[in-house]
Amino acid sequence: MAETNHARRFTILWVVASLIATPLVIVLLGPILPPGKGSEQAAGHVTDNTVLLGMATPVLLLVVLYLLYAVIVFRQPKGGVLEGPAVRGNQRIQTVWIVVTSLLVLALAAYGTVRLEEDGSGSGGGPSPVAVPGGKKLQVQVIAQQWEFTYRFPEYGGVEVPHLELPVNQMVELHVTSLDVIHSFWAYQLGVKADANPNIDNIVFVKPTREQTFELRCSELCGIWHGAMFDHGHVVSRAAFDAWIAEQQATYAAATKALPPYSKTYLPEPTRRAE
Amino acid sequence: MSTTTIDSHSQPAPARRPLLRRLIGFNLLSAVVLGVGGYYLGWFIGHQVSTGKSFEFISATDENDVALLLAYLFGVAGFLIGLGFANYPVSRLLGKPASLREKEDEGIGRYFGLCTDHKVVGMQYMVGIGLFFFIAGLNAMLIRTELLHSTPTTIAPNQYLSLVGMHGAMMMGVMTSAVLGPFANYFVPIMIGARRMAFPRVEALTFWLLMAAGFILVSTIFFGGFPTGWTGYEPLNDQAVMGMDSYICFFALVGLSMTLLGLNMIATIITMRAPGLTWSRLPIFVWSVLATSVLMVLAAPMLIATLAMAALDRTINTTFFVPAGGGSSYLFENLFWFFGHPEVYILALPGFGIVLELLPVFTRKPLWGYRLAVSGMLGVTLLSFFVWQHHLFVSGINADLRPFYMLSTEIISIPTGFIFLCVMGTLWKARSSFSVPMLFCLAWAFNFLIGGLSGVFLSDTPSDTDTHGSFFVMAHFHYTIMGGLIFTFFAAIYYWVPKMTGLRFNELLAKWHFWLMFVAFNSTFMPLFVLGMKGMPRRVSSYAPNLHGLNVWVSISAFVLGVSMLIFLVNAVYSMLVARLPAAANPWRSKSLEWQVPTPVPVNNFEQIPVIDSDPYDYGTPLPARGPTGGAEPAAAGV
Amino acid sequence: MNLLAKRVLGIAAAVAVAGTLIGLYVASWATSFPKTVAAASSSTTTGVSTRLTLQTVAAVGPKYSPGNPDWVSYLVQSNGKWVHTTDFKVPANSTISITVLQYDGDSGLRNPFLSQVQGTVGKTMTVDGKTIAAIDPEEASHTFAVPELGILVPLPGVEEEAKNQCEFAPCTMSEAHRTITFTIRTGKKGRYHWQCFVPCAAGFLTGGGGPMQTLGYMDGFLDVV
Repeated sequence: MAETNHARRFTILWVVASLIATPLVIVLLGPILPPGKGSEQAAGHVTDNTVLLGMATPVLLLVVLYLLYAVIVFRQPKGGVLEGPAVRGNQRIQTVWIVVTSLLVLALAAYGTVRLEEDGSGSGGGPSPVAVPGGKKLQVQVIAQQWEFTYRFPEYGGVEVPHLELPVNQMVELHVTSLDVIHSFWAYQLGVKADANPNIDNIVFVKPTREQTFELRCSELCGIWHGAMFDHGHVVSRAAFDAWIAEQQATYAAATKALPPYSKTYLPEPTRRAE
Repeated sequence: MSTTTIDSHSQPAPARRPLLRRLIGFNLLSAVVLGVGGYYLGWFIGHQVSTGKSFEFISATDENDVALLLAYLFGVAGFLIGLGFANYPVSRLLGKPASLREKEDEGIGRYFGLCTDHKVVGMQYMVGIGLFFFIAGLNAMLIRTELLHSTPTTIAPNQYLSLVGMHGAMMMGVMTSAVLGPFANYFVPIMIGARRMAFPRVEALTFWLLMAAGFILVSTIFFGGFPTGWTGYEPLNDQAVMGMDSYICFFALVGLSMTLLGLNMIATIITMRAPGLTWSRLPIFVWSVLATSVLMVLAAPMLIATLAMAALDRTINTTFFVPAGGGSSYLFENLFWFFGHPEVYILALPGFGIVLELLPVFTRKPLWGYRLAVSGMLGVTLLSFFVWQHHLFVSGINADLRPFYMLSTEIISIPTGFIFLCVMGTLWKARSSFSVPMLFCLAWAFNFLIGGLSGVFLSDTPSDTDTHGSFFVMAHFHYTIMGGLIFTFFAAIYYWVPKMTGLRFNELLAKWHFWLMFVAFNSTFMPLFVLGMKGMPRRVSSYAPNLHGLNVWVSISAFVLGVSMLIFLVNAVYSMLVARLPAAANPWRSKSLEWQVPTPVPVNNFEQIPVIDSDPYDYGTPLPARGPTGGAEPAAAGV
Repeated sequence: MNLLAKRVLGIAAAVAVAGTLIGLYVASWATSFPKTVAAASSSTTTGVSTRLTLQTVAAVGPKYSPGNPDWVSYLVQSNGKWVHTTDFKVPANSTISITVLQYDGDSGLRNPFLSQVQGTVGKTMTVDGKTIAAIDPEEASHTFAVPELGILVPLPGVEEEAKNQCEFAPCTMSEAHRTITFTIRTGKKGRYHWQCFVPCAAGFLTGGGGPMQTLGYMDGFLDVV
């Protein structure tokens, strides 16, 4: 009696399962993946996550199905003391595995690099980022302090405002800095995250693509009210933004006069102990 | 079949000395007394330091970090002296003959002091680690209780942050020795055919350092707790109240313990192998211990140095990490993660070793791909030093560096994949029996797969932008560390404790423990991936209201997970202390060397040092005699 | 069950009892919020008026805080007495008038933006009788801010040369102080945190540690019920 060809059986099982599951995952899960398509960068993340998910699904299926198959099929009969075959390795399988996993991993790294270096992908790129998108960029400084974010617009007289509004379809250059400890500026729907370090100007680019309300949270532990350091920002039409910024300049005229000149970083007093 | 009790080691007991006489001497009681004395001495000295510009902050803030740090250091010194660790060096200095062995024949008392028998140290570690694991687990239960509400309701915000920090620090600090402490200390000498570890006294020191460290961490609640989480980021670290010093001292002592433990393991494995035990015959578990030890020795001193710098910043106003003084918050992040990333591989590698060691026993096949597995472990060890900046992808580091670290982090999944291939190869056409240790090993495979795949997402910088600092990361590392290390920790307990004690666990409770733990674990941590992707940051007790339902589900699952641990505790107490049913001499029919010695293991392990002529994976029926097909190697490879 | 097991079980029981006691201690430590004080409501001819009276002091003193007598702190008036807590209860959908008796000297704002009054009725406050909308950032001593409700009130400090400055809480009206009043409107129910934005924690890095991060001193909760 011919022995069951487990290798063939399992390979068919895995290939079929992958061919069914992977497209399903890409088509059904892909579009609803967070963080949504609120900005070019966020949409880019959705694409990247879909690619990663598409890669991960066959790998996940390979190992999980294999484990289930092995557990169901390769068993010791009840009370038995049989031994398995004394096989210590298989050069060909090992080589194939090494080659395939290496290629997969290198391909992912290359893909990630390409995507990252398009425009920084919404992540903080430091004071001199490598991937700078072209065109005019609205300059906005995000000032993190314990425990609130405020925003400064150097192109509008250096006015500082407590809540963020951005115009739609405009590339924004966010300069994230901190006045005291490490915070992190996370605009969820816009796919933006940049740590706010004291005395560092962390630059990140984002282009919101639709009018929306987005959630802002601090994502680096900064003390007692870290969890309470959240707010909502708005992406509005160009006209609404112009009206809003003019109104903010009027409202906060007194505060703007008291502010130091706009600068990439600030090191305000007090700084050391025993003050 | 031998019936054993713990103190059957001793000769017919000599007439017991009076209680008072027994209490005076170098033992735990003296250690505690001297430790408390040292604490107050340090506290007093620290309070004399209050003049000079550097220390003006003390009167302004009512915070005397100098006093607390000195108190802890003197306290630990007193504790160690009380246990008797200074006896050998002082005897030698005074020219007196010094004993090389301590307390190895003294009955149950030897578990409560300095004992140079590596088996006793292994048992001590098991109980000590278990204690801190439960404390940290209870912290987690409190954390999840608070997260039942989306605003701070039950637990005050600062105390919540301290609980989060204590949970993380205790787990990351204490569980690094979770496998090496109990199981490597107990079994590596036996597995390599040695009578003892290379440095038995240092071995005992690593245990007591860890215990002292753990209590120091817990004492933070008396000093205001610490607000930074287990990563201790500056400058928040510098800004924090006195409780921060408890964290600094704890982790520095843990680092010291880890360094010494690693050194001891490396020296033992390299120099004390029995004749015939070539590198290619070394059990895979011992290879994983060696790899882990290399990581410990190279990475932990970095931690100690970093924490020393943080302590200097807090006490004498240096500005290593304070930008206004010329320092940088980045410096801490980099220094910490240069230790921190190898640290997580210190947690992962022993898990690999245990799974690969146990699978051949329960599949009745040799380990598949021995050389591949070893290369995988060594590859992970080497590469783990080149990936740390993936923790700083969004920090604003020089953006030119990010593709390199993305590449290195992606590449480290290749050697990790080797381990999976070896697991799958060992399961191929096996005759698997599903004992509780085997179940835990299979669960490891599933959990670490999920953890590892989520790591691939995190290593991709664009994807990491959304998930860094969120619950996605929490899910990732709980899957790899808890799903990886802790599951294998329990596999090792169920597998080896019958050898260590000669007693067996209750099978029904063990199976309940496994299934409840596996289901509850996945139910707790799988939704965290979703929570992270939906925008919930780490270490918060306020979150968006729409995430409330999911958080409630996770908290309830976490409570069930806690119940499964209670089941284990009940099983342990019942089986080891009440029922005390003897285990068979080799219940798993293992061919490994540690199962060939009698139970209880004699003090010197072997009557005669064995000569090794093969690796311990001589399972399986040899293939029919014909030319190798498909590249299958002959069964006696390595001889 | 032999003697050894009995003994060990006895020890285990003792450990369990000790553990439970420790657990209870830790639970009580973890759940220790400052106690809540309700704003005083009184009926007037025009309806219900709710007042909250606070004082800020440079050092809270050994009577209120034996552990940290040198820490700056807020106190709240309740039934004529000064209570050392920062958890205030106010009614929802109401107008609350808040009076702060400011006994501390100035430290200066870290972010001068916060020198302008935000979120109060009329976007102004009254300092010693004068209605103003912003202060000199250097003169700020503390702020009363509820970020989630958009409220920010910078509180100017007592001059350095002022006579008869208050040393420890509770401070009396005869000691040098500023009286600042402002009105806020509360909306729906909720529990909001409030904090000070002036780095007034003497001796801590950036002035932001210690009392700035401890409930009961410079942070607290506003329960809108």
